[in-house]
Amino acid sequence: MPDLLIELFSEEIPARMQARACDDLKKRMTDGLVEAGLTYASAAAFSTPRRLALTVEGLLAESPTVREERKGPKVGAPDKAIEGFLRGAGVSRDDLEERETPKGAVYFATITKPGRPAAEIVAEVLEEVIRNFPWPKSMRWGAGSLRWVRPLHSVICLLSDEAGAEVVPFEIDGIRAGDVTRGHRFMAPDAFSVVSYEDYAAKLKRAHVVLDAQERADHIWNDATNAAFSQGLEVVEDKGLLAEVAGLVEWPVVLMGEIGADFLGLPPEVLQTSMKEHQKFFSVKNPKTGRIEKFITVANRETADNGATILAGNQKVLSARLSDAKFFWENDLRAVADAGLEGMAAPLAQVTFHNKLGSQAERIARIAALAREIAPMVGADADAAELAAKVAKADLSSEMVYEFPELQGIMGRYYAMEAGLSQPVADACRDHYSPLGPSDDVPVEPVSVAVALADKLDTLTGFWAIDEKPTGSKDPFALRRAALGVIRLVLENDLAIELEVVLASAFGPQTAEFLDSAAKSADAKAKVSAVMEVEGSQITYGAKEAILFDLLSFVHDRLKVFLRDQGIRHDVIDACVAMPGSDDLALLVKRAQALQGFLDTSDGENLLQGFKRANNILTQAEEKDGVEYSFGGDVKFAEEAEEKALFSALDAAEPKIKAALERQDFEAAMSALAGLRGAVDGFFEAVQVNAENEVLRRNRLNLLSSIRTACLSVADLARIEG
Amino acid sequence: MTRDTATKPRSFQEIILRLQAYWAEQGCAVMQPYDMEVGAGTFHPATTLRSLGSKPWAAAYVQPSRRPTDGRYGENPNRLQHYYQYQVLIKPSPPDLQALYLGSLQAIGIDMALHDIRFVEDDWESPTLGAWGLGWEVWCDGMEVSQFTYFQQVGGHDCHPVSGELTYGLERLAMYVLGIDHVMDMPYNDPQTPIALSYGDVFRQTEQEYSRWNFDVADTEVLLRHFEEAEAECARILEAPHHDPKTGKRIVMAHPAYDQCIKASHIFNLLDARGVISVTERQAYIGRVRTLAKACADAFVLTEAGGHVAEAAE
Repeated sequence: MPDLLIELFSEEIPARMQARACDDLKKRMTDGLVEAGLTYASAAAFSTPRRLALTVEGLLAESPTVREERKGPKVGAPDKAIEGFLRGAGVSRDDLEERETPKGAVYFATITKPGRPAAEIVAEVLEEVIRNFPWPKSMRWGAGSLRWVRPLHSVICLLSDEAGAEVVPFEIDGIRAGDVTRGHRFMAPDAFSVVSYEDYAAKLKRAHVVLDAQERADHIWNDATNAAFSQGLEVVEDKGLLAEVAGLVEWPVVLMGEIGADFLGLPPEVLQTSMKEHQKFFSVKNPKTGRIEKFITVANRETADNGATILAGNQKVLSARLSDAKFFWENDLRAVADAGLEGMAAPLAQVTFHNKLGSQAERIARIAALAREIAPMVGADADAAELAAKVAKADLSSEMVYEFPELQGIMGRYYAMEAGLSQPVADACRDHYSPLGPSDDVPVEPVSVAVALADKLDTLTGFWAIDEKPTGSKDPFALRRAALGVIRLVLENDLAIELEVVLASAFGPQTAEFLDSAAKSADAKAKVSAVMEVEGSQITYGAKEAILFDLLSFVHDRLKVFLRDQGIRHDVIDACVAMPGSDDLALLVKRAQALQGFLDTSDGENLLQGFKRANNILTQAEEKDGVEYSFGGDVKFAEEAEEKALFSALDAAEPKIKAALERQDFEAAMSALAGLRGAVDGFFEAVQVNAENEVLRRNRLNLLSSIRTACLSVADLARIEG
Repeated sequence: MTRDTATKPRSFQEIILRLQAYWAEQGCAVMQPYDMEVGAGTFHPATTLRSLGSKPWAAAYVQPSRRPTDGRYGENPNRLQHYYQYQVLIKPSPPDLQALYLGSLQAIGIDMALHDIRFVEDDWESPTLGAWGLGWEVWCDGMEVSQFTYFQQVGGHDCHPVSGELTYGLERLAMYVLGIDHVMDMPYNDPQTPIALSYGDVFRQTEQEYSRWNFDVADTEVLLRHFEEAEAECARILEAPHHDPKTGKRIVMAHPAYDQCIKASHIFNLLDARGVISVTERQAYIGRVRTLAKACADAFVLTEAGGHVAEAAE
């Protein structure tokens, strides 16, 4: 069984594309081979900056012969039909076989597809793979028409077995496959030929190319950590950077260098970002001081001077870069000293946030007003929250954040401290963007929480007002993330916030104005009145109500997704969302947790059945009689012992449920409700609700109604499935 | 050639001279800078227009480039509002263009055995020219010394064949080769000559003058008007019938129209430096220049240099 070796040798492949390209090469090649009948034992793909390689072991030498039987026309069918069948099956009349079937004699043809040699199939599949390779971006070069990520120079396509190796006859746009490759661009540029994958990998290593990206990454990480450790330092881990650097070199050589003393005073985040973004350096930290004191760069070659020239050059470039960073830092600090953070924020009046939602400055003003309103609900000082919101985005107009957008917030905190603002305000500058994802830390400091909530709520109401809601997989303004942020902020800080009230005030004058003008355009009017049917009130006012209603359902939907991951059933959430006060998310979740716990007990499960039975009987009776049985029964009309027992059980439970609900103790309310189970079960077993005597019947219906009311005061059990 | 590549160059101009000699030796037509203000060597019609159409082309030249917003009154060690790019364009891109490029680094005294040269992904896009290509920035010991691009589209036209473009930032490259920390300290001519001149001797004063004018003095109303005029003139030139009544010949005026496009682009850069263009307007201005560039490209492919074959009737 032969082995296959393929190498596609090109000019430098972008580092970020290499891993994916490996997977694609392996998958597409092996899928194509298997589809053509060539199975194999194992396969692996590799990448360096200049090559993609694939080894397939234990490939079939040829595809198996396939026999296929095809049913033709009836014996005696017109010649035309028979000839058509012969053409389609590629056989002659002599090859046909007559066979009796229940429908009479029919012609059958047996088509034999002979196996094909592996080389033929490999060449076909490889051409297909190269021509349709899913590079994120590909290009043409020279006068040719072939597309590849960068110009493709040579191809190895080799089948080898015990007898030796053979080049697969293959040519694509003038590139003929061979058994020749080249080593490191500078250290071993000569061409050499190979006979197998093992030979290829070994000769490459001798030619200063480490074929496996993981091996290069491991080598870099080992050498880097050793170099740092020997000086009592540690490398700041960065897996993304490590993978990228491993994709930039064929022969990694780790070099550690100094950061000029002038720059050690820069914030560590600035050093790290500048070194990573511009130079792809690792940061090296002193664990004792927590400061970043050195850097690690990875060269692509060994030199006679052990990298001294390379390191000196890199150090020089870093100095120039850090001089820029220092220049920005000092300018920013000067700007803060001159005009404070609010002065720094002034140019944001000229920056558009969204053309329908005004400038950044206008947005900040809205957030500040909202943060002030939210402050008492989260235990924050209102003045501090308002101030924090006003300055939290000031760093967007700093020189440093202009250069490194990923430092937004982090720089704001430094500049706030420089401006002498309080620690909570400074921290809010950094933390008000959080949480950014489902696993990101949630701010807990009240001022940060107030600003973080205000920021996200303003975003949500704003984009809802201008009808830029997420659809399907499209969420260009990250509104799902904003809603999840609100949910996590509320839940993890256990905040009692009536979202409806807060969302209503988050509609600033701007959004109102936009709604007014939108209501005038025919298109928006149609849209608004469509939502209006849910609400059924007046246009302009109603539009806002309808949007709020829609936005709150969106938040509830996100909450459902969030809670489903925590094992809470969707119908349980529905049953709680339907209750009044469900815009208080923390309360809603407590109710849902209690309900789910309740339904998991046998009392809960049985009571649910009792509730459903009572509800069905009542609904039917109310429909039939055209009245609502909501007066409550009277025990003096009770006849049966079980009936009387239910009256007394209800009398005992009702005040307990009411009291528990008043102190929002849903578990107690539900356990009081569970106390009704025995009496309800007994009642249904012994008592005929639809009695002949109309007085008895009405009294029993009214009793059931009280049961229903008691159940519904806890959650909308009608929405529970099963 | 008697060029001595084993020795280090001693001045800014020697690096330029060596690049000129090297690329001449590789068969490029060594051209002169374009006589208009441009933001980069790519704007020279020898690149923008000549990368269009099917005719082979090979050119190399120095292009003075102006980026008004980068002015620092001559004080920043490596930022200038006026600087030089060295530009090479070869169509179709030869298969050994990377090797040719590395040869040029050797020619200016970079020893491949001691330095770490890397091709790092950097796709090029010029929204004003309606152009893009794929390639790299070339790093020497972590410093970007060149931009290397395979043009895929220019002026909205797919490039067939593809041109290979090399752009060297001359000051930065020279500072690295010569070991200079501040651009103004760089020897312009040979420091051993009787009248040795530094880059600062030649350009410090102009950097100051232009920085002041670019940022604070340029008359924005006049500039806005010039922009509109250039835009209108470009369109007017292209609207003229191809048939010239005076000579009776077919003369498509792609280059004069393109001059107006260059002019509009530079005026936009000046307006930007004066801070009178808002974020939203910016996109609109870039779009207007792109419209001109595309129209010029459309016209150029109708010219002989653009690969147009004269019809028998003409």
